[in-house]
Amino acid sequence: MVTFQFVPFHDIEGLTSAKRVNKLLNIVKDDRIVIMEGRLKKSEETDLIEITMDEIDAKFKGIELSVIYPDRSKQAPITKIKGAFATLLLGDRQGMTIIGPASIVKKIEQNPNRIELVTQDSVKSSRYRGKNKKKR
Amino acid sequence: MVSRFLRKIFKKLKLNPFSKRNDFKLGLYGPPNGGKSTLANKICEDWLGEEMSAVSHIAHETREIKIKEQVTIKNKRGKELTFSLVDTPGIATKIDYEDFIRRGLKKNDAKRRAKEATKGVIESIKWLDNMDAVVVVLDATLDPYSQVNITIIGNLQARDIPVIIAANKVDLKKSSLETIKAAFPQYEVVGISAKYGKNVEDFYEKLFKLAK
Repeated sequence: MVTFQFVPFHDIEGLTSAKRVNKLLNIVKDDRIVIMEGRLKKSEETDLIEITMDEIDAKFKGIELSVIYPDRSKQAPITKIKGAFATLLLGDRQGMTIIGPASIVKKIEQNPNRIELVTQDSVKSSRYRGKNKKKR
Repeated sequence: MVSRFLRKIFKKLKLNPFSKRNDFKLGLYGPPNGGKSTLANKICEDWLGEEMSAVSHIAHETREIKIKEQVTIKNKRGKELTFSLVDTPGIATKIDYEDFIRRGLKKNDAKRRAKEATKGVIESIKWLDNMDAVVVVLDATLDPYSQVNITIIGNLQARDIPVIIAANKVDLKKSSLETIKAAFPQYEVVGISAKYGKNVEDFYEKLFKLAK
């Protein structure tokens, strides 16, 4: 079973960068997949990687991370202005961040049009199906 | 934060009191096994006649920052560019010692390699602020839309550090230079094979543009 936890932007908006990163990492270390509204700042993304590396041990193997964010270069000027105002007033709520424990999430494949989350179990079962096919 | 702000201002004014021309640091960044150390070796072999780093097919062979000072390259017009070449450990979001066991390492060696690799990633990130320009080395046979690639490049952009992307391993059939170009259209992308020296002359020319 895979558990997802939604983290709305208002849950983290008042937190310092360190607290934001720790809050998300604690959920992931509890074997849940974070679906966060919005995205972390660029510096917070590297902080997340640094803290993850610091916490890796025999049980915690790290994270899989993916950020879906609208391509601003393709937006109309008026949409860009609206987005900039909304960000100024409400924080950067555009996009979505997915963070999963590496022991559960094998990989998150991202391309401009879709996102695929491959779990470790699905990889194992596809290997099992492959072996069974060969036996037949 | 203040020093980053001052760096930005001085860079914009082209007045950087913290950086002498011969103290120009060129970093090689990217995910593990992209070919950073192979490229570092190629540069050092071409211009210094010696290798710089050990390379391996097992990921995280480079686990600490390696610096080769006073590397001087020359272009066709005789212009010279001198820099310190900084080979960095590959940046990853996960490291599992069992992967190293699967690649043939003994359990204790695998655990030690994993521990050192995690420290290497932290060191790489900390060194971002010291770089004057960066070559992001990507494996052209792999999907470039990984969050590690996007995070590295996004952070370099936020720090105002000039970047070029070296799409490595273009000698392999599976490679796709066009996919890398499509993923990062705002950056200069040069396809190379660091192992076989393919297109490195073009890469050196791009370094001159990067250092301007």
